Amino acid sequence: MKRNRNVGIIGVGQTRHSSHREDVNQPEMITEAVKLALADAGMTLDDVDCVVHGNMELFEMIHQPDMWHVIGFGGRGKSELRVTTGGTTGTTVAAAADHLVASGMHDVVLAIGFEKLQEGNTTGGITNMADPLWGRELQTGALTGMTAAAVMEEFGDDRAKRAAMIYRIVMDQHAMLNENAHRRFGLTMDMLEPMMENSPQLVGELRMIHMCSQSDGACAVILASEDVVRKRKANPAWIVDHVTVHREETFNLFGNAENYTTHRYAAERLFGRNGITDPVGQIDVFEMYDPSAWWGLDWLREFFLLKGDAHLKMVEDGEIGMEGKIPINPSGGVIASNPIGATALVRVAEAALQVRGTAGGHQLKRPVRLALASGFGGTLWTVLFLLSKDRPNLEG
Amino acid sequence: MTKRVAICAVAQIPYEREKSTVRFQGMASAVLKQLLEQTGLDFDEEKGIKAAITCSDDVFDARTISDNAMTDAVGAHYRSEEKVAADGAQAVYYALANVLSGHYDVVSVIGHSKESQGQSRNLVTHLAFEPFFTRPVGMDFVVAAALQAQAYMAKSGLTDAQMAELVVRARDGARKNPYQQALPSVTEGEVLASPLVADPLRALHAYPVTDGAVGLIVASEEVARRVTDKPVWITGAGNCLDTFFLGERDLAGNFALAKAAGRAYAMAGVKDAGAFDVAEISDPYAYMLPLWAEGLGLCGDGRGAKWLADGGPDARHVNLTGGTLAGVPQMLGGLARVAEAARHLRGEAGAAQVKGATRAVAHGLTGPAGQLQTVVVLEA
Repeated sequence: MKRNRNVGIIGVGQTRHSSHREDVNQPEMITEAVKLALADAGMTLDDVDCVVHGNMELFEMIHQPDMWHVIGFGGRGKSELRVTTGGTTGTTVAAAADHLVASGMHDVVLAIGFEKLQEGNTTGGITNMADPLWGRELQTGALTGMTAAAVMEEFGDDRAKRAAMIYRIVMDQHAMLNENAHRRFGLTMDMLEPMMENSPQLVGELRMIHMCSQSDGACAVILASEDVVRKRKANPAWIVDHVTVHREETFNLFGNAENYTTHRYAAERLFGRNGITDPVGQIDVFEMYDPSAWWGLDWLREFFLLKGDAHLKMVEDGEIGMEGKIPINPSGGVIASNPIGATALVRVAEAALQVRGTAGGHQLKRPVRLALASGFGGTLWTVLFLLSKDRPNLEG
Repeated sequence: MTKRVAICAVAQIPYEREKSTVRFQGMASAVLKQLLEQTGLDFDEEKGIKAAITCSDDVFDARTISDNAMTDAVGAHYRSEEKVAADGAQAVYYALANVLSGHYDVVSVIGHSKESQGQSRNLVTHLAFEPFFTRPVGMDFVVAAALQAQAYMAKSGLTDAQMAELVVRARDGARKNPYQQALPSVTEGEVLASPLVADPLRALHAYPVTDGAVGLIVASEEVARRVTDKPVWITGAGNCLDTFFLGERDLAGNFALAKAAGRAYAMAGVKDAGAFDVAEISDPYAYMLPLWAEGLGLCGDGRGAKWLADGGPDARHVNLTGGTLAGVPQMLGGLARVAEAARHLRGEAGAAQVKGATRAVAHGLTGPAGQLQTVVVLEA
């Protein structure tokens, strides 16, 4: 990526994600994350130039909520920007913060994603994203059984269902290591077959256990210019590059175009311009926005530019676990915690924690030099981030 | 600044009270078409528009993630589209960051808003107030504006008659702008006799409900030289947020705007507001023009009413086509002002043209009573 100057992530803060945070209001919940991020960066609010904020207004029915939340993030007198792009909001917040620092307009930017889904109707809110004339009658929130059906058709019912459930159990095993994760069930592999049969069906073979939660939570990330990183002797995760890819909303309603996913498109662009020729080999960890086990399973193939059943084999062979070839979501991922406006920023934050070696209980035991983080939203949109332990060389 | 960034094209569709035959996607599409025609740009991965910045708001659009509907309308199929959910000047601020960062060399900025869709825009802005203290007492942006107007009139001596003059001036100015909706002329007496909405604000003190869309192409110098003969350089931009609860703010002061202007002027290397040939101020309510003129440094603190009496707005070429008060959707306020200022610098401002204008300031505000202020400095 052409970059005016380097940007490092030097502070991360997250609330404990939960189904109900009745003990705090929205600004108070954001304060928790901001305090932790500042402490992590060894900074105070005085060091922050600018705040970037994002969520979805119709989930909590607060118009321009950053106006109220200023009392929670201490933004009085600072510059500020609000960006929203649905599920990808958190990664768009991170991209905007990166742009603001890389541009030279700001030296230290505080990026904030939050959602308090308990205070609204999430599925109603998501259904309201569909065009009122062309599809709202058909929209079932974020619940779709189409991916399960497609994976089963391609690989056979039993193999597909087993792989999706292995993916789900591995994610829960990871969530058990992460104190901030919302749902930590303690699932074990001997529960695989019973859950395949007994978990309540939501849509076709998309079962309750496959699906993400509705969570309350906030995430704050501090991004700083290379000068600030050096002066403060901070421990950075450098932002190498990011790619945002959206697609038309009608899902190819009237045509038969090849299904070229935005995940694959984004990965091809990101890897192509950053010298990644063997993604599974070169990348050390991937924090994926995986709202369901079926999507997580299916999307491995897209993000890693795999063919055939290579992604199923990765899951079946235990390659996505903490000790595997390419650990996916050491945090437990989105299936464990999904405060939507924060969720994609949590992916970037968790990838940064792994690069910085500060993930605590879910820190990978091996060195992490390159980390990938994705955001997902809208009509199958992607934002894909590449973070590095090594400072990007802008001369070359 | 490390490099120069230019507005390469300015486009919009006419503002109307209600665009009943077009959806918001259609409004944006029409603007995009003009931008492409003006610049000859397309969506080529190497040489075309790399990213789209849209500006709107989910509640006004009555759609969750309303930019879902915008991807193809703004040409972002398999490209980047990001929505700035605040005043349009914030989208310009973000576009500048996009290009200066080196990530993109050319982006589009398209803001759209259909205020006619809702039963009342006040229902939308009512939702900007938190549910515990301020929403139960019925706050919305008009009520917040009325409280600010009270405070400002007490401080500056601004009179009802002066506010009425500002409304008349805005409507007269609007006739010089072909994009402005045809509003009936009013007399000062009619303004003073219009229904009291929230003391001291009367119905005619508020901008009329408006639908519209405005867009820009923002690009690096290299691209600008290729696609336009009349680049308008964005040489400075600054913004600043004040706190939320009105009781904790100095409503008659300019804490946020003075800081935002200071940041923008410093970036542009401009000493003070004396440097500007044109000033475009977001003034959805009549009392705001002199208040924000103080914040921008066009006159001294507390001197806005005196500045009006001395003919300041005409002398300093402020809102010559009526400003927001003549009818601009609130979400687009600052983007519309940037577009108007850029037209002056391109010599395309028609009947309102300020001859030889080379430097302009444009302003936008977000939130109740101007809680977030944005200032953009433009140069020919």
